[in-house]
Amino acid sequence: MKLGKTLGAAFVASVSWACMAAAQTELTMWYHGAGNEAESAALQLIIDDFNASQSDYTVMVESFPQESYNDSVVAAALAGNLPDILDVDGPVMPNWAWAGYLQPLNIDEAVIENFLDGPQGYWDGQLYSIGFWDAAVAMVSRQSTLDALGLRTPDVDNPWTGEEFAAALEAAKASGNFEYALDLGMPWTGEWYPYAFSPFLQSFGGDIVDRSTYATAEGALNGPEALAFGNWWQSLFVDGYAPGTSQDPADRDTGFIDGKYAFSWNGNWAALGALEAHDDVVFLPAPDFGAGSKIGAASWQFGVSATSENADGASAFIEFALQDKYLANFSNVTGLIPATSTAAAMTDNYASGGALEVFFGLSEGQAMVRPVTPGYVVSAKVFEKALADIANGADVADTLDAAVDEINADIERNGGYGH
Amino acid sequence: MASKLTTSNRAGWGFALPGFGLIMLFIVIPFFFAFYLSLTNQRLISPNPTEFVGLSNYDRLLSISVLSIEPETDDAGQVVRDDAGEAQYPRVRTFTRNNPDYPQYAGMREWFRWHWGETAKVVVATDVVFWKSLRNTLMFVLVVAPVQGGLALGLALLINQRLRGINFYRAIYFMPVVVSIVVVSLLFRFIYDGNDGLLNNILGFLSFGFFEGRDWLGSENTALGAIMGMSIWQAVGFHMVIWLSGLQTISPTLYEASSIEGASKWQTFRYVTWPGLRNTAVLVLIVITMQAFALFAQIDVMTRGGPLDSTTTIVFQAVERGYGKQDISGGSAISVILFVLVLTISLIQRFLTRER
Repeated sequence: MKLGKTLGAAFVASVSWACMAAAQTELTMWYHGAGNEAESAALQLIIDDFNASQSDYTVMVESFPQESYNDSVVAAALAGNLPDILDVDGPVMPNWAWAGYLQPLNIDEAVIENFLDGPQGYWDGQLYSIGFWDAAVAMVSRQSTLDALGLRTPDVDNPWTGEEFAAALEAAKASGNFEYALDLGMPWTGEWYPYAFSPFLQSFGGDIVDRSTYATAEGALNGPEALAFGNWWQSLFVDGYAPGTSQDPADRDTGFIDGKYAFSWNGNWAALGALEAHDDVVFLPAPDFGAGSKIGAASWQFGVSATSENADGASAFIEFALQDKYLANFSNVTGLIPATSTAAAMTDNYASGGALEVFFGLSEGQAMVRPVTPGYVVSAKVFEKALADIANGADVADTLDAAVDEINADIERNGGYGH
Repeated sequence: MASKLTTSNRAGWGFALPGFGLIMLFIVIPFFFAFYLSLTNQRLISPNPTEFVGLSNYDRLLSISVLSIEPETDDAGQVVRDDAGEAQYPRVRTFTRNNPDYPQYAGMREWFRWHWGETAKVVVATDVVFWKSLRNTLMFVLVVAPVQGGLALGLALLINQRLRGINFYRAIYFMPVVVSIVVVSLLFRFIYDGNDGLLNNILGFLSFGFFEGRDWLGSENTALGAIMGMSIWQAVGFHMVIWLSGLQTISPTLYEASSIEGASKWQTFRYVTWPGLRNTAVLVLIVITMQAFALFAQIDVMTRGGPLDSTTTIVFQAVERGYGKQDISGGSAISVILFVLVLTISLIQRFLTRER
């Protein structure tokens, strides 16, 4: 009898829940930031506000750990279970758009007029994804270090030249005060390599693929400029300026703060930690090796899955989330660069005079997106391996040739990736 | 032909069905699927239709040949030599890249070379990384199978005694087996650390500071060896238990008889213990060989194939290509090659250890 009552109650409860759900269409959303409570809270704030602001849709978010996020999306896509809204790493977006996982975003162009270039995900002439923030990389150092070594303090308009940078490394090494002159973050395998290091190659005048056609890497990744980059890259390790691929990950995290390195090539997400430890930390622009000072652009962005039956609602949510107050809140919580200057003015760190203001300038002035092609996911891996091999002493020309062959073979096997 | 299996044995088949079904679903079908995929250009993600490409995946993986390079000569026909008197050779890339005179070597890359008089014999392959992974895997098997099996037997003999507290030792030796290999790999990354890793510290202490620390996983020469050592230590307890079970099936009366006959310890082992362990030995050898061929987790956690491909393995390559580089067909081809390889070696082992 008691069991019957419980079952009956459960039945009633489930029916009433179903009725509630029928009134509003549920939008499912996937996010890569599981484990980061502050970030999840910032996202939840947007979702709650959106759910309260209208009565047609309710957004339900599900978070994944970043390491397995892409795998989860691919598996879900193969199984036909994609959510309505998903977030996607900027350089991966063309791959998913080309594969038919994403549909073009249907949001008002005026809303994103003032956005930085990095957070805007265009593929094939259409906007597929849009980000709340961008990330930037800088050469982190301390004013006291620069003064002690007698170095000029570069800024966005006057970055160090390649020779000045070489002289700076030599001075830091010769001073004997540091374990290594430069910390590049070699233990951060994966996307860090192409994100952080391919701008050096581009500053030399090379690239991962030939962006005029996206049909070949020949000449871009093994031309004279790329060889010059490769020789320079190898010299960093051979001549003892930077720790190699076996650098201790813990040293990457705290080595600069502990004074083991004079310079650290690191992202703005690590900037606040460095500032807390030393108040004279400076964020210098990338050296200019001839073709301009460059850093990588594009971070995680939001898009609508191709299979979503509620694309209008999904787009409406994304458009809703792009308000400056949310962008600013996200930036305050995560330390990332807000996508608009108006939002930047509302943040603690990126407002005029803020501790990280310089990063907004770097992002605005030097940021270059990684090759916008579905083949990027493969060429990024090839590039990563080539850089690791060169750092470990492999022949520069042979390694770059092999990388070119592998990228070209992949492009060919994929019918040119739709370019 | 009617047999017990096929006549009025519905209940038996019914009980077997879940097991058979699962084996079919998760082992047999995926295997044939992999074989089929390796003949296509299937991608993990792609809007392009899958096409049948014959054996080209295998062709790309396995193409290998030898290129003879003569030393460079100057205008007078003299061999150009560097300061140390070594003959100078033109770069391999001048033969393998955009050279219409050598179409058979197009796109190939140097694996290794040796000298035949003044001529350099260069082994070039289309997919050098695959060949290196094959070499590393075979090296790993050749070292790990005998060493791990032998050590496990030694441990089993040691703990197969009636002593106080012997179970304590059994538990200790078995402990690494129950710890996840990923955790063990992470721990050993710290132990092998080049700066102030445990191993460097211990060796420095034992040699009164004469030993200079080295970066075990960061050097081509030591990385694979370091991983072998760790893998042997991690799984030796498992095989020890199998040996132990074999030892305990040997009848005590045989030992009594041999001691009455006055057999020495070595003779007892040679003529009583070892013959009694024959089937166990075959099992241990085959299991270790197959596990060693499947080397993946340690590589993935500790080195990701580096430095300079010195620790890359067949399974790591299959996963890296199939999933990382989205080339399912290439990954499948590697899996099929691995299957053929393991099957061949297992059959050879079966043949060599057969009952005569």
